[in-house]
Amino acid sequence: MEHTVSHTPGEIAKPNTAHIWRTFWIMAAITALEFVIAFVMASGPLKVSIFVGLTIVKAFYIVAEFMHLKYEVKALMFSILLPLLFVIWFLVAMIAEGGSIYSVR
Amino acid sequence: MATVAVSPTNDDKLWNGGVEPLKASYGKLMMWFFLLSDAFTFSALLITYGLIRFAHKSWPAGAEVFSPEYWPIPEKVFNAMPFLHGYDLPLVFVGIMTFILIMSSVTMVLAVEAGHRMDKADVQKWLLWTIVGGAAFVGCQAWEWTHFIHGTDEGTLLANGQRIFGASLAENQYGPMLFADLFFFITGFHGTHVLSGVILNFLIFYNTTMDVYQKRGHYEMIEKIGLYWHFVDLVWVFVFTFFYLV
Repeated sequence: MEHTVSHTPGEIAKPNTAHIWRTFWIMAAITALEFVIAFVMASGPLKVSIFVGLTIVKAFYIVAEFMHLKYEVKALMFSILLPLLFVIWFLVAMIAEGGSIYSVR
Repeated sequence: MATVAVSPTNDDKLWNGGVEPLKASYGKLMMWFFLLSDAFTFSALLITYGLIRFAHKSWPAGAEVFSPEYWPIPEKVFNAMPFLHGYDLPLVFVGIMTFILIMSSVTMVLAVEAGHRMDKADVQKWLLWTIVGGAAFVGCQAWEWTHFIHGTDEGTLLANGQRIFGASLAENQYGPMLFADLFFFITGFHGTHVLSGVILNFLIFYNTTMDVYQKRGHYEMIEKIGLYWHFVDLVWVFVFTFFYLV
């Protein structure tokens, strides 16, 4: 852990939560923005890519800040993140597969 | 200087035991790897949704009516709200659910932060809020399922003259059968995770109250369950985008 507050027993340190609330407001703002986009933009590839982009930003804040992965040792960070590259491969392969099922039907 | 202790900075000794090379306890590491495997499971489910959706016809422009032929646009399906029957309120209810879950993730980080300070009262307070948030989310999902199963007032008229209402594993008024199956499976699997999370949160709340962690000298268990709880929130962010927004 990054901060182990040294203290005498029975004495409790003051809460230090500013960065937590900062992350919360960023996520709330992104979700609100997604709502606005959902209603003002016509559907299409651009709208989908904006949604996917904003989702990845939100995912970054949850994993990096709330789950604290940003502050872990690099080896731990990469052992979690690198295997997820397979998901991208799987996603691209299966979406292409879905498209070709559609075209042969 | 009598003896030289094994230095954690010495690379030869780093993986020989006695130190934590990844600076994380066994329990925390295993929680991370479990979550990685769970991420694969959820990815597989959502990618399956993508594949099946791409293999179906989407609504033709101008003729946006429910039919077993066409994959529906989610904001036309999920537009109901408790106490506001008959109003077209696309995605409002699911937006509230998203907000509840993000909020409960925040109260969970606050509980972890309080644990670092050995502040039992604060840990209890924030864990209770997290439990309330999780229970509220599961409750909302139960309402959402009920609405989905009962269907709209008009239902959908099939080609054979039969009118069907709502969705089940045998029929679906909103679109192709697989749309309902995937809805039940994906949101159901996520909801089961939330329910397990609420139970785990209750257990650590109980242990906190019984001074288990105070006597142990640290509140690391809150961090481990916290990792799981944030993961459930993370999955919902993806389900929200791929099931409801696009």
